[in-house]
Amino acid sequence: MGRIVLDRVKKNFEQVTVIPPLDLEINDGEFVVFVGPSGCGKSTLLRLIAGLEDVTQGTISIDGNDATDVPPAKRGLAMVFQSYALYPHMSVRKNIAFPLRMAKLDKAEQDKRVEQAADVLNLTDYLDRRPGQLSGGQRQRVAIGRAIVREPAAFLFDEPLSNLDAALRVGMRLEISELHKRLETTMIYVTHDQVEAMTMADKIVVLHAGVIEQVGSPLELYRSPRNKFVAGFIGSPKMNFLAGEEAGKLNADTVGIRPEHIRASASEGDWVGRVGVSEHLGSDTFFHVHVEDWPQPVTVRAGGEVEMYHGDTIYLTPDPERIHRFDAQGLRLG
Amino acid sequence: MATQHSRSAARVMMAPAVILLLGWMLIPLTMTLWFSFRRFLPLRGGDLGWIGLENYVRFVTSSSFWPAVQTTLVLVGGVLLITVVLGVLLAMLLDQPMWGQGVVRILIIAPFFVMPTVSALVWKNMFMDPVNGLFAHLWQAFGAEPIVWLSDASLFSIVLIVSWQWLPFATLILLTAIQSLDSEQLEAAEMDGAPPLSRFGFIILPHLSRAITIVILIQTIFLLSIFAEIFVTTGGAFGTRTLTYMIFQRVLESQNVGLGSAGGVYAIILANIVAIFLMRIVGRNLDA
Repeated sequence: MGRIVLDRVKKNFEQVTVIPPLDLEINDGEFVVFVGPSGCGKSTLLRLIAGLEDVTQGTISIDGNDATDVPPAKRGLAMVFQSYALYPHMSVRKNIAFPLRMAKLDKAEQDKRVEQAADVLNLTDYLDRRPGQLSGGQRQRVAIGRAIVREPAAFLFDEPLSNLDAALRVGMRLEISELHKRLETTMIYVTHDQVEAMTMADKIVVLHAGVIEQVGSPLELYRSPRNKFVAGFIGSPKMNFLAGEEAGKLNADTVGIRPEHIRASASEGDWVGRVGVSEHLGSDTFFHVHVEDWPQPVTVRAGGEVEMYHGDTIYLTPDPERIHRFDAQGLRLG
Repeated sequence: MATQHSRSAARVMMAPAVILLLGWMLIPLTMTLWFSFRRFLPLRGGDLGWIGLENYVRFVTSSSFWPAVQTTLVLVGGVLLITVVLGVLLAMLLDQPMWGQGVVRILIIAPFFVMPTVSALVWKNMFMDPVNGLFAHLWQAFGAEPIVWLSDASLFSIVLIVSWQWLPFATLILLTAIQSLDSEQLEAAEMDGAPPLSRFGFIILPHLSRAITIVILIQTIFLLSIFAEIFVTTGGAFGTRTLTYMIFQRVLESQNVGLGSAGGVYAIILANIVAIFLMRIVGRNLDA
């Protein structure tokens, strides 16, 4: 069980409001990702749920019980920190067993649960090592192991993959997703990386300056971003925004179109421009196209192995169905 | 960069410092060793020749040797206990964010800058004096008989004075160690259900273990040679004669340089044993 409800939660640091009153519901078993640029309050929000920070106003309830003033240890949540926060003087076994030891479980039960967790996380061979002797990925797994053994109502992850190298990050992303499928426990995951958010989440919460910009499934956010911020934040490479004449034709202040919804051609199209930088990834090709009189280059995704290079003339045709229109306040139209 | 040429240049450059240091250390050491094997009584005939190990045997078999060893151990142990325990507590206190942190930290360090002789005199005359001392007034205010600190609780008084001097050192080292503790570890322990005392026992104390060892070893080396505090307070009376003080008495009060030198050699051996442990631990600390 792990249903978490935030009701008008507000957080001030001294005089500064970091999180203005905010409502959020997280259902049991959901994988929720808080995503946003750094300083948007996503980690603070997680720490409020964990109880490591006190809320200034509002209530947090876990499984229907008011947990606002419950100390972190009693909330039944487990947290995985960005720095892993392993205890360096304890072996992996003792690290994982620490919450059980604090809960005063008997030794046999402790050993059983540690063995189980180690088995799930492929740590059995490392149980007697110290954290200092492990690689980054292994340390990450120990931190997860320490969270699993408590059988918490929900897992909280605070940017757990940001200290790992790119290849390992993709692997751990899969492992965490698999773990979620197996345990079916609520997970709340904080990241600034929209790729992590899109790949792992059941529900994404996009935060900007402490305010929830939009909540929805990855594809909902992709298909119908509520405003310009979400539109620009979700999707890689970023959505192209066009203002002025092009937007005016469609009765909008700004229009946005994703690179993958523009067709590139060497011979014909609506817009004509010159290739600035071309990125050939093999599976895809990205062109940064300079169209005359437009302030920003347009990013376009073409298929793989398209042989066009810097300086070539290129014709672009947007998919009219996939153009997002925004008003002067940046809100979605239509 | 370490070419043959730059290495020999480096040796030449370092030579003056090394030679000076060696001379500074080796000449007194050699003289001490030399005197320790001779009967040398400056006021009773001067250097009376070679007597082998007699000084060494006499120093150890003297009736005041074992009490002096005991006094030394109680003094060193007592000061270590007080400074480490209070040092850890003070360091944790100073680590808390508070108003005027910078000033408080400087004030805490202040006793370390006071010369041992001065601080001992201040304590003797201003705090522990049985008639005019602050403690005497305090005792009287409660209607109690003032304690004659330096004769009735002489060793404890000296432990107190020396602890006051060394507490800043311990606090400072332990404070820097505490500041290097990753706060996420404490938060993780909090989430794991560890109450404050367990967090102290399982996270903070193990983190401090290395700093505590260093404090203990460095202080031991300096505390073994405590002299001024004893000299200006009790003068070695009332069971406050440490090994160092005994050596001083043998050389200057009994005018027996040979016997005192033998005692000095024992002290060198003792200090070196501690130093070896210190080097190892500091070395290990640098490796990790």
